[in-house]
Amino acid sequence: MRRFVFLVPLAFSLIIGTFSVWGLLNDRNPSEVPSALINRSIPKFNLSPLPGLRTPGFSRDNLLNLKKVSVINFFASWCLPCRAEHQSLIELSQNNEIVLAGINYKDINKDALDWLTELGNPYTYVGDDFSGRTGIDWGITGVPETFIVNRDGKVVHRFSGPLVGVKFKEFKELLTLELR
Amino acid sequence: MNFIKFLLITFLYLAPVDIILAVEPDEVLTDLKLESRARDISANVRCVVCQNEPIDTSNSGVARDLRILIRERLLAGDSNKEVYKYLVDRYGNFILFKPPLTLSTAFLWFMPLLVFSLGVVILVGVLKKASPSNKSRFSNVSNDTKFSDSLENKKGKK
Repeated sequence: MRRFVFLVPLAFSLIIGTFSVWGLLNDRNPSEVPSALINRSIPKFNLSPLPGLRTPGFSRDNLLNLKKVSVINFFASWCLPCRAEHQSLIELSQNNEIVLAGINYKDINKDALDWLTELGNPYTYVGDDFSGRTGIDWGITGVPETFIVNRDGKVVHRFSGPLVGVKFKEFKELLTLELR
Repeated sequence: MNFIKFLLITFLYLAPVDIILAVEPDEVLTDLKLESRARDISANVRCVVCQNEPIDTSNSGVARDLRILIRERLLAGDSNKEVYKYLVDRYGNFILFKPPLTLSTAFLWFMPLLVFSLGVVILVGVLKKASPSNKSRFSNVSNDTKFSDSLENKKGKK
């Protein structure tokens, strides 16, 4: 027994080394804030429509009554990555199985209207979150941020950053799983 | 004299550091007691944009919103605990600098105690080995004396 005491430091460094290598190699992003909403019911909110826009505003109850999978997208006209993902949102809006709702985050009314006129309006609902309070209720850290809500009104996925490229592909895969 | 001047200038440069904080004048509550509670809370809340910085000193928009929100909750009569819960409900434990003691963080919390106990065990073991009551060491010493005795004897014979 005593003869193997020298193996103890080796065992320690192996354990620590394994954790270090794991920490380096896996593609976990430690600075990404995990969403507290996952697997919870959507938070309470009630947003009025953007003045001057036909698209209605919406609330938590609206989403709960849909009994459909919904995609909630936080956007703003001042947000450059939002422009990048807009084409993806237009693509999503062609899918009748889902409801795409937009929350206009801390935006000037006229700018938001110009934005939707210029790029097209993919949303079934658009809520005006000028104060950013609904953003806090959803726990967002910035725009764009997109949530997938299942038929029971439970938040199942959160994507922060623009839905483009690989991320959009992953998004669509997860969305398809929810639609089954 | 020059040295004093140098010190004075240095301190004058340093002094504003304490005053320039992200909390803006329009956010400050008139109730000093509530304000100091708000400051306490915001020092413990992580800014979700510029992580590792408390919202108390962060200039990001979300941090400002959260500071105002905390003050609103306090004015509404929330306890500190309720304010923290409000924030954790929305942003998760990530928003707290000090992780709460739960099953998943138990290892994190008790690790220092564990390492300390291990250290104590090792230390006690080493000290026991080194103590004079230990037979093997003692026999070594007696061997030494026997050896020196025999040397003495040899010397004596000569």
